Amino acid sequence: MTTHKINWWLTALLAVLSLTILIPLYFAVVTALKTPDQLGGTGFGLPESLEWSNFRTAWELTRFPTAALNSALITVGAVVLTLLTNSMVAYAIARNMHRKFFRGLYFYFVSALFVPFPIIMLPVAKQTALLGMDNRAGLILLYVVYGLAFNIFIFTAYINSIPRELEEAAAIDGASTWATFWRVIFPLLAPMNATVGILTCLWAWNDFLLPLVILSNPDSATLPLVQYVFQSQFQTNYPVAFASYLMAMAPLFLVYVFAQRWVISGVVRGAVK
Amino acid sequence: MTTTSTATAAQTHEQPRPKRSFSPRTSFYLMVAPALVLFFVFHTVPVIQGVFYSFTDSPGYGTFDFVGLRNYLALFTDARVLHAYGFTFLIAAVATVAVNIIALGIAIGLNARIKWRTTLRGVYFVPNILAILIVGYIFNYLFSNSLPALGEKLGIEWLSTSLLTDASTAWLGIVILAVWQSAAFNIIIYLAGLQTVPTDLYEAAAIDGAGAWRQFRSITFPMIAGFFTINMVLSLKGFLQVFDHIVALTGGGPGTSTESVALLIYKGGFQGGEYGYQSANSVIFFIVIVTLSILQLRFLQKRETSV
Repeated sequence: MTTHKINWWLTALLAVLSLTILIPLYFAVVTALKTPDQLGGTGFGLPESLEWSNFRTAWELTRFPTAALNSALITVGAVVLTLLTNSMVAYAIARNMHRKFFRGLYFYFVSALFVPFPIIMLPVAKQTALLGMDNRAGLILLYVVYGLAFNIFIFTAYINSIPRELEEAAAIDGASTWATFWRVIFPLLAPMNATVGILTCLWAWNDFLLPLVILSNPDSATLPLVQYVFQSQFQTNYPVAFASYLMAMAPLFLVYVFAQRWVISGVVRGAVK
Repeated sequence: MTTTSTATAAQTHEQPRPKRSFSPRTSFYLMVAPALVLFFVFHTVPVIQGVFYSFTDSPGYGTFDFVGLRNYLALFTDARVLHAYGFTFLIAAVATVAVNIIALGIAIGLNARIKWRTTLRGVYFVPNILAILIVGYIFNYLFSNSLPALGEKLGIEWLSTSLLTDASTAWLGIVILAVWQSAAFNIIIYLAGLQTVPTDLYEAAAIDGAGAWRQFRSITFPMIAGFFTINMVLSLKGFLQVFDHIVALTGGGPGTSTESVALLIYKGGFQGGEYGYQSANSVIFFIVIVTLSILQLRFLQKRETSV
């Protein structure tokens, strides 16, 4: 029962259980490196020779650079615009909660947490098409707007914990409300900006339903959408399909490997407020 | 209005900046105005439109007629719709319970004195950063090719056919994928909760002779009740919307036996010419989700205070 002893049994158990995560990933990697005729059986064996050409085939078939660029553009656009706008809206709301209008606005935005996307997807798809926004810019806008509900919720909670003295000092120095927000408050929001940025990034990069119903031009398809579109062609060549899946998952996976702690702590802050 | 006057007075010292001459109060209104307009146009208007079309027979294009409550009445006798609700509840209930038990167990393990804690935590979190749809395609292959091959090798009868082609087992594949993907998030939240429990509580309990299970029941669980509530509510709400998982694994098949409500709204509304009808389904689905969320929150918060 001493506190310094390492529990090796538990370590071993957790290591074995972590294989449930690692085995499907291992499986994806070895499958992507096989030729179709090596596929039989359970498929867990190592490939006889490394078929790197599967990646080239998948790259050209799915036009990976186009899809990756679309995903990157949409994700970066959504993250940057969300951080710049949602934090500002939350600031205005948090500092005016004593006014009926802003308190009402707070509940108006946050109540959208109860409206999951599948419920509004039919009219949203119709409306974005009608407004000519069934494209990448429209998708970015939707991520920014639909993020409001949750982001206002966590930003205002955080802003409420920032003392007003700093802003009062800035106002005395002649800073406008806008300048005060950008120069004083926004930098102080760094931890929450990290959280909102990470959550928005994970959402926009991995999302499938919103691009599926919004994007009308195949040239603007995101990475998950491309995997869906190419399913019928993938059925004839699984190694190429798996190469394509790996390439679609790789960018965010690499970011995660290098920024693991940061990503995890960001997600935790979002859930625990 | 003292702040207004000091601000404007102070601004006169600066170089003239005509664009910045709004009073703080006006500035605050201007800060929220664009968001309010966009949110209204892209969220509230669709909600209103959805309710409006739910009283019509619109196929999604062209002309339509008002049909009153006929869509709503038809929903309650539509076997496909009722099955989709039943199936969604099944998936959501099983996955919510399973994911929380598994995640809590692993989180307790990760919180103990183990070696390579950071690395293991990092590994367990990986599924959270991967797209469900893509992971689903990988699992699809595992379920339909690898597991049957393994079953044959080991001579296990029920494993030797694909889980996904049989209506009675396909739900299990969907639950496994759902749990695999979302345990990551729940583990991390429980871990954050467990780290708030002071360790000296356990030391005191151990001195009093409390065993591991007793310690869990009397210390750990009550201390992390709030985190349990967060995870249960978020899991249930997420799983009720199950969509990507099913698209990747079964496409709703065999037949329509694994259709969730979200998938049915998508299929009927976009491909089946049932825009009005599925709008009514969306309204009902909304009421169901809100009711379940509130009931669950009430129940769990009552528990939180009682334990």
